[in-house]
Amino acid sequence: MRREGSPWTGLWAVFFKEMADHLSGLRMRILEALILLSALAAVYTGTQTLRQTVGEDPYLYLKLLTTAQDPLPSFVGFLSFFVPLAAIALAFDAVNGEYARGTLSRVLSQPIYRDALLFGKFLAGLGTLTVLLLALFLLVVGLGLFTLGVPPEAEEMARAFFFLLATLAYAGVWLALALLFSVLFRQPATAALAAIGVWLFFAVFFPILTDLAASALLLQADPFDPESQLRQANLALWVSRLSPNTLYAESLTALLNPAVRSLGPILITQLEGAVLGTPLPLSQSVLLVWPQLTGLFALAVLLFTLGYVVFQRQEVRA
Amino acid sequence: MAVIQTRGLTKRYGRVVAVEDLNLEVEEGEVFGLLGPNGSGKTTTILMLLGLTEPTSGEARVLGLDPMREPLKVKARVGYLPDQVGFYGELSAWENLRYTTRLLGLPEAEAKARIEEVLKRMGLWEVKDRKVAAFSRGMRQRLGLAEVLLKRPKVAILDEPTLGLDPEAAREFLELIKGLKREGITVLLSSHLLHQVQEICDRVGLFHKGRLALVGTVEALAQQVLGGGYEILVEASPGLEEAFQALEGVGRVEAEGGRYRVLASRDLRPELARIAVERGSLLGLSLRKPSLDEVYARYFQEVAHAA
Repeated sequence: MRREGSPWTGLWAVFFKEMADHLSGLRMRILEALILLSALAAVYTGTQTLRQTVGEDPYLYLKLLTTAQDPLPSFVGFLSFFVPLAAIALAFDAVNGEYARGTLSRVLSQPIYRDALLFGKFLAGLGTLTVLLLALFLLVVGLGLFTLGVPPEAEEMARAFFFLLATLAYAGVWLALALLFSVLFRQPATAALAAIGVWLFFAVFFPILTDLAASALLLQADPFDPESQLRQANLALWVSRLSPNTLYAESLTALLNPAVRSLGPILITQLEGAVLGTPLPLSQSVLLVWPQLTGLFALAVLLFTLGYVVFQRQEVRA
Repeated sequence: MAVIQTRGLTKRYGRVVAVEDLNLEVEEGEVFGLLGPNGSGKTTTILMLLGLTEPTSGEARVLGLDPMREPLKVKARVGYLPDQVGFYGELSAWENLRYTTRLLGLPEAEAKARIEEVLKRMGLWEVKDRKVAAFSRGMRQRLGLAEVLLKRPKVAILDEPTLGLDPEAAREFLELIKGLKREGITVLLSSHLLHQVQEICDRVGLFHKGRLALVGTVEALAQQVLGGGYEILVEASPGLEEAFQALEGVGRVEAEGGRYRVLASRDLRPELARIAVERGSLLGLSLRKPSLDEVYARYFQEVAHAA
């Protein structure tokens, strides 16, 4: 049976309401303060290191984002740590919170479809994270201008733009996951814990498991047979790419370091005629991580779709 | 024209039957009460009328529209007050309603005018900037009704509107519902507090285990189930039971010493008074409207006996 009327009716009403909630909410303030402090610390130490080498590096601002100095990780290191947390914090009580407050049936009795509610919430989360990321990034670049005294180049900004895009796709994955859990679990605390559990799994245990899985799947890695070793390395890489964290990390490596030419093992014969250390043009770097970006995007879409299907079949009454 | 019409409407959750073969007609401008205990299928029926739950079989028409096919049109014309209505506690009353007007797609000026109108009408204008988290249950309920009116609905569906209200607040709220009827809004309300809503309902439908057991006016149901539409309490000398019973139109007489409970098909107070005075002394005489609670209790006693 076909239903009539657009599923997008009311989408923007939901979007702006949720976005306003996020931006004015205490939860977001805490996150902002946390991210801002750590990012500033990372960038500050980065500039301290970079000051000595200004003028030697053509991609100063990309270095600014990626330079780590003990004990602090780099700016991107902080981001890849905090972005999933922020995304989860924004969405873990999106749907079950409406149930708990008794607002869901009231909102859905207005002339909108459920599609608009769920998609509006997702977009609002993404919008909030975009605002956050953009503000943070501009702050960092501004701080760089201040301390380094060198204006950024067009290519650097273009790379930074793709970096932001990749970060957004990565955030989208965690946002969609948290949204899915908020549909699946009636208790917001359960949903938050489950989402954080998944994040911990991919951040801590998955790297350990990939190696184990690769050797378990391919037992005959012969130390005297380079080909079997290559096969095993490739398999481990393939398995590790099932994790959004790996995909994101690889995207960042290639986008922010123009000298990176390959994301996997490479044979010496493949390097014939290559001038090592020369930067790739932006288009080639983007081409290199295109599968990773597509993978992140697809994962976000998949998770959102799952949440959407479950939500559509759910009863309105609590 | 029937504003709400259902034919063979059925909803099953797995093997559990929530609503079975519901045939209901609600006429324009009437207050119809869906009554019954918790879990008897009232809320499920309401959700199906709004297109928020898909019926297993059967069909429903609200204002001539199919809620499954055209839910947006139905929901634009039908106001719904859920039971345990909730609002965003961190927003003010005004902001909560503003969100609703955005969802309704009302233009800015129109929205503001309507919000002011409904808040004033519900007596909430003074607290419009207060956060809803600080509202009492009664205030929330009134805010819910304000939201229903925001739509300028043709039909208002109210689920357990008086649940959790203190008697005074409940009475006030029922007055507000009467106001809707005066405006020509058709009201469908559900409740398990039979005595509270029986006064304002033109007709009622009694639900029992997913089926609509009885439909009609309270008087007609009393007539049908209790055997008399009028219940007269007489306090007089003892021993008048048979004389009362002999009167035409008397259904049943229950005597307890000098207290009599007479169920009759019409108002027999003059006749009863005459008999009482002739044969002794009359101490008290009062007409009590039959209560739905009794109708309900009696009906299901009979059902249980028959089974």
